[in-house]
Amino acid sequence: MSATATTIAHEVPPSSGLRAFVHKLRGGDEIAHLITLVFASSILLITSLLVIELWRTSHLSRAKFGWMFFWTRTWDPIFDNFGAAPFIYGTLVSSAIALVIAVPLGLAAAIFLSELAPRKISDGISFLIDLLAAVPSVIYGLLGIFIVVPLMRTTIGPAIKSVLGFTPLFSGPNYGVGFLTAGIVLAIMVVPFIISVSREVLLTVPREQREAAMALGATRWESTWQAVVPWARTGIMGSVFLALARALGETMAVTMVIGNDPKITASLFAPGYTIASVIANEFTEATGDLYLSSLIELGLVLFLMTFILNGLARILIVATERGGGRPA
Amino acid sequence: MSGTRLLWRKAVNNVMLSLTGVAAFGVVAVLFLILGYLIWNGGTSLNLNFFTQLPKPVGETGGGMANAIVGSLKLLFLAAILGLPVGLMAGVYLAEFGGKTFSFVIRYTTDLLNGVPSIVIGIFAYSLVVLPVRHFSTLAGGVALAVMVIPITVRSTEEFLRAVPGNMREAAMALGASKWKTIATVVLPAASGGILTGMLLSLARVAGETAPLLFTAFSNRFWSQGWGQPIASLPVMIYTYAIAPYDDWHRQAWAAGLVLLGLVLLSNLGARFILARTKAV
Repeated sequence: MSATATTIAHEVPPSSGLRAFVHKLRGGDEIAHLITLVFASSILLITSLLVIELWRTSHLSRAKFGWMFFWTRTWDPIFDNFGAAPFIYGTLVSSAIALVIAVPLGLAAAIFLSELAPRKISDGISFLIDLLAAVPSVIYGLLGIFIVVPLMRTTIGPAIKSVLGFTPLFSGPNYGVGFLTAGIVLAIMVVPFIISVSREVLLTVPREQREAAMALGATRWESTWQAVVPWARTGIMGSVFLALARALGETMAVTMVIGNDPKITASLFAPGYTIASVIANEFTEATGDLYLSSLIELGLVLFLMTFILNGLARILIVATERGGGRPA
Repeated sequence: MSGTRLLWRKAVNNVMLSLTGVAAFGVVAVLFLILGYLIWNGGTSLNLNFFTQLPKPVGETGGGMANAIVGSLKLLFLAAILGLPVGLMAGVYLAEFGGKTFSFVIRYTTDLLNGVPSIVIGIFAYSLVVLPVRHFSTLAGGVALAVMVIPITVRSTEEFLRAVPGNMREAAMALGASKWKTIATVVLPAASGGILTGMLLSLARVAGETAPLLFTAFSNRFWSQGWGQPIASLPVMIYTYAIAPYDDWHRQAWAAGLVLLGLVLLSNLGARFILARTKAV
């Protein structure tokens, strides 16, 4: 009753100009909209500032080296000759090893969790695996240095060498640190992401797929591998890209086990260097502006790599959720 | 369809299915291995000295990481007051006010920021806060961590605000509340459990970050006053001690690793517990 009385007695708001703006402000909604808009825009500001700062502070090395930076293999602080090739190689190789180990492992675990395990066990194990994803990188590094490196030096390395030592991939001395160790540590760090995304994607596959395969006489495994998994193929690819993006940017665990040697070698037992590791190790030691600028340019390269990969990953994951993952 | 062919298919079926189970339990076993090793190696070195003493020179026993623990808390405090409000407000904008294209741009940028490697964010904070004044500072470390906190907070805030049922908003509006009043008095309190756990999880995530602190907050073997000095932090101390050649430092690194992991896991478990309770209501 009083509400209708208030509405009738309500004055007609001014329709234009400054008075209209001030009147709307008194409503409070506009202020709230404005305040939250400012904060949301600050995210845009921060990200643009990040790219601008990276671009600006690396201009010395971009001006001096240009595109040659990408395939120069020397990293010589004394003669001010810097090249990104060893680091790009190290980053890609350690991440590739990580994926080779983590993708089969993660996919197998995801299949188990989505198809075979009862719901409660599946939820419980997924919870534990999510906890694994929360472990800080430096702790993986700690375990890497004190457990994986000696293991590689005394047990795993000689075992691989005795079987595959003739190949260029596994020739050369084995110090314990190197590409392979970094790849193994990265694999452990990256597996939880593959498992959680792949599991979610596999859970969205419609039951008809599996049932149709079984109706045709397929065994449980055959129906899973040939009917369910291909359906979720794009989403699983997306999870792999996500894992790769994570592996590329991983700093601490890799720095502690990769051996810190800016060389391109075929042997996986050899020490190497990744982009993130060289920045972590040499940033505070950089003598001279060109040195620092080259390190920042490496950071810019890393940023671009992860930017592209993350973008691709999102497109793939969204495509599965939306399009139903129809095998092309 | 011969009998042997069927037997082979069945054998493959059994082998592959058990392999997937092995994979899943193997991954979980790694988690328990990590915990086990940390408790085994770190538990023995964890004593009162660790929590109360400053780092001692090499060769002297009894050193600790008191300054690193306080340092990490100070950095987290900075990250919280710089990053959490931005994340909260931006999440409110995306969930309540946003227009279609602008929201898409903000979300895309937030995901982009989330995917930036932490060391690149360290470079960003370095060029923004360290270069102009030519020295490392707690503030620089706090800024780097805040930038990492923002995307996580935005995502979780928006998600939990969206989860508030529409009829609650409509009920508030039917009673005459304006939009901002609805948000402040009805929607936010309803989503508060989820939002707070999101904030807790984001802080737990950046508590373990080492790379962005390496050249912003740097490190310090003594107490740091104010916000303009380099400051020690738990993850950086773990890193420094682990790569050093001294056994005593290695033991301290294990102990610090146990403390750090314990805090991170406890926060995660606590957050999930609170989430489960709010969902049950």
